[in-house]
Amino acid sequence: MSRIVVVGYGPTAHRLVETLVSKGFDGRITVIGEEPRPAYDRVHLTSYLSGTSAEDLTYDVPEGAVTKLSTRVTGIDRDAKHVVTGDGDVEPYDVLVLATGSAPFVPPVPGAEHAFVYRTIEDLDAIKVAAKDAAEGVVVGGGLLGLEAADALRALGLKAHIVEMSPWLMPRQVDEGGGAVLKQHIEDLGLSVHAGAGVKEIVADDQGQVTGLLKPDGTLVDAQVVVFSAGIRPRDELARSSGLEVGERGGIVVDSGMLTSDPSIYAVGECALAGGMIYGLVGPCNTMAEVAVDRIMGGSATFEGADMSTKLKLLGVEVAQFGAMDGALDVTYMDPVGGVYKKLFISDDAKTLLGGICVGDASPYTSLRPFVGKALPAAPSDLLFSGAGASLDLPDEAQVCSCNNVCAGDVRTAIADKGVTDVPGIKACTRAGTTCGSCVPMLKQLLEKSGVEVSKALCEHFTYSRAELFDIVRVRKITTFSQLITEHGQGRGCDICKPAVASILASLHNGHVLEGERAALQDTNDAFLANMQKNGTYSVVPRIPGGEITPEKLIVIGEVARDFGLYTKITGGQRIDLFGARVDQLPEIWRRLVEAGFESGHAYGKALRTVKSCVGSTWCRYGVQDSVGLAIALELRYRGLRSPHKLKSAVSGCARECAEARSKDFGIIATEKGWNLYVAGNGGFKPRHADLLAGDLSTEELIRTIDRFLMFYIRTADRLQRTSTWLESLEGGLDYLREVIMEDSLGICADLDAQMEHHTATYADEWAATLDDPEKLSRFVSFVNAPGVPDPSIVFEQERGQIKPVMAR
Amino acid sequence: MSWTPICDYDKLLPERGVCALVEGRQVAVFRTYDGALHALDNLDPFSGAYVLSRGIVGTRKGEPTVASPLHKQVFSLVSGVCLDEQGVAVPVYPVRVADGRVEVSV
Repeated sequence: MSRIVVVGYGPTAHRLVETLVSKGFDGRITVIGEEPRPAYDRVHLTSYLSGTSAEDLTYDVPEGAVTKLSTRVTGIDRDAKHVVTGDGDVEPYDVLVLATGSAPFVPPVPGAEHAFVYRTIEDLDAIKVAAKDAAEGVVVGGGLLGLEAADALRALGLKAHIVEMSPWLMPRQVDEGGGAVLKQHIEDLGLSVHAGAGVKEIVADDQGQVTGLLKPDGTLVDAQVVVFSAGIRPRDELARSSGLEVGERGGIVVDSGMLTSDPSIYAVGECALAGGMIYGLVGPCNTMAEVAVDRIMGGSATFEGADMSTKLKLLGVEVAQFGAMDGALDVTYMDPVGGVYKKLFISDDAKTLLGGICVGDASPYTSLRPFVGKALPAAPSDLLFSGAGASLDLPDEAQVCSCNNVCAGDVRTAIADKGVTDVPGIKACTRAGTTCGSCVPMLKQLLEKSGVEVSKALCEHFTYSRAELFDIVRVRKITTFSQLITEHGQGRGCDICKPAVASILASLHNGHVLEGERAALQDTNDAFLANMQKNGTYSVVPRIPGGEITPEKLIVIGEVARDFGLYTKITGGQRIDLFGARVDQLPEIWRRLVEAGFESGHAYGKALRTVKSCVGSTWCRYGVQDSVGLAIALELRYRGLRSPHKLKSAVSGCARECAEARSKDFGIIATEKGWNLYVAGNGGFKPRHADLLAGDLSTEELIRTIDRFLMFYIRTADRLQRTSTWLESLEGGLDYLREVIMEDSLGICADLDAQMEHHTATYADEWAATLDDPEKLSRFVSFVNAPGVPDPSIVFEQERGQIKPVMAR
Repeated sequence: MSWTPICDYDKLLPERGVCALVEGRQVAVFRTYDGALHALDNLDPFSGAYVLSRGIVGTRKGEPTVASPLHKQVFSLVSGVCLDEQGVAVPVYPVRVADGRVEVSV
């Protein structure tokens, strides 16, 4: 087996290739896709309209795979075992995988050619353009994707209508009662629902501009944009023309091993007809890809159909369906005031749970879906009414993550055998929760119930987590470590809790970090306001906001480095690091720097480091905003802000992203209309691209949002937890963060704003203040009994014209 | 035993260390929260750098400690024994207060 050719490059093809690579397939993999880019995340497609770029949605091409993009396969020669592409190229295969996906179904009504569909990035681009001059839009199809499309039209500023053939919305997920509650929710948001209605014609004027949608009853819905989202049709034309067996109503017929009627050809994803079914959800399609890989590599895995359970939040409404949609008995909870509808289906002996439907509150999905086909864990009324079920013990074989087919037992194994202690660990170990994220609360529950004592205690001196200590200090207005440990801890602290408490006190009160008792809490870096290096010397980093510096200041840095014999190096954060200073040299070095107008760069602190920038619109012919100006403003605003870990930021002046903002804790990328704010990125040991928190913000909105993001992080993160892992473990993730800091769901925004105001109002340069304080300065000596004597253990040699440390051994 | 005065007792901040150069030896002197004094060799045996006086002072199960500022190994201020790795210890030196002056003996 040496050559695999994959036709189609959507998410299922991506999963197939990724799995092949991860399982060590050592042959040649060629993926041929007709779209201009590799596979991208269609689950989050709508976020493209709110600013997520196509690049952000696009998956990385698995290492080793060869891709041919914008290329259509026009034929398969099954005898010669090769495929032919539109430009006449021939690609030989030993195994062929068809992952050609599906196309949106467009009903053959007059004027349909003027309508849009909602599937690809190009479709969204076209809708975006059309929406610019439109006031109203109609989506045909009230299913899952239809509602998403309607939400997108609304987000583009249109009055949105939904036309659905069935008597209620989302007929595949909810029953009539649930549909009624859903309709209420959606109409409350200002959308119009036309249920039980079909389409007679898309009406357009002479120029082809759509003016409305004509219903069979003769009424016209005014609209300038029409989007069809009325189901999918498998793309089986290639299979059909190659003589492979296809289903009566479409779809490439496959067996339980995803093999087509040709023993060298597999089909996976939405184009495959497995057990007489077409699957359009990401979970089953991923499973098909994994089954096919297993088979290709000699295994015997089978695809046995899939759980079509769904949980989603559309237009702010939670909708979920799991298991069967009918049963001998059912129990319904309905609250029209609160807009909640929950129904469970039960076997005729009232013992087995068959399925359920939820609108407005999807909590039963999380707690009860794993019990489908099993004995009811409690009385149905209790399960629905009191919210019981949240603490039920899941059986090992219960599936918790349907996107990646992970069972409770897999998660328990990861916890027990691999020592995983948090949600990010489970994600890394099992892939559970990495696709749609809806099972994260369940993962958390499994962790909590695992018996593995996940102690939140900071150390032996405090039984509280950092976040709890933060609240204690804040609410009880504690100002010293001694008071805190006397009243709320034991012993005299250690190298873990002392710097953590020092950071909390600094975040809340912003006094000098070396004042009074606080001097004894600091790590050596904070204690000497410099970074200790391997030989006990320190490095010095003056702040260079935004990376902008005058020639005069550059000269001062050069002169200081020369006069004190320091090694100089440009940092990754657009600053200059001066190495090799003895502790007794630090005050003299800083006296020169402060005189020249420099301030502490806090390279030594768990604090804001730099706000990096590209040169921006002032000079760059591509720049759309002044990235340097913003970077300087942000760096000056947040300088000195102590936090659970270091904070890095960057501002890019255009989408080319030269400042690498998306690898930062908070990164800003200029748009034509303002700024996109990305949060929780990281380079380092475990790189993470930052997530788009909000798009097209004005500078004022941007700063307010960053203020709150930082303060909420400072309040709630664990010790030494970067924003990336903090966000990953935040229950509810990015949506929750948005609710808290942009919609003020916890009512704390005024507090967060006040806290940041206090910070900016009370900031003072630590080094300038230290130089003015003889008592603090007196600590900067190598030897207390010989203040003028340099440490004789510190020795350097020369390398490339500069010093380097020599260690005694 | 000969004692070398190094500084005034009041010069020492609670829970911070200083380093003194005594007969060519670097001695790290610590004042703990209760006012007691401890003296260890300043050489961190793990890194080979003379830095222990700049570590964080605390307690472990009641025993006064200092953590190396380089890689955080914790040493007992009483015995000099490393509490994180068996078989590693640093020398301890006698230390006392006489007439308000801190004195060490090496």
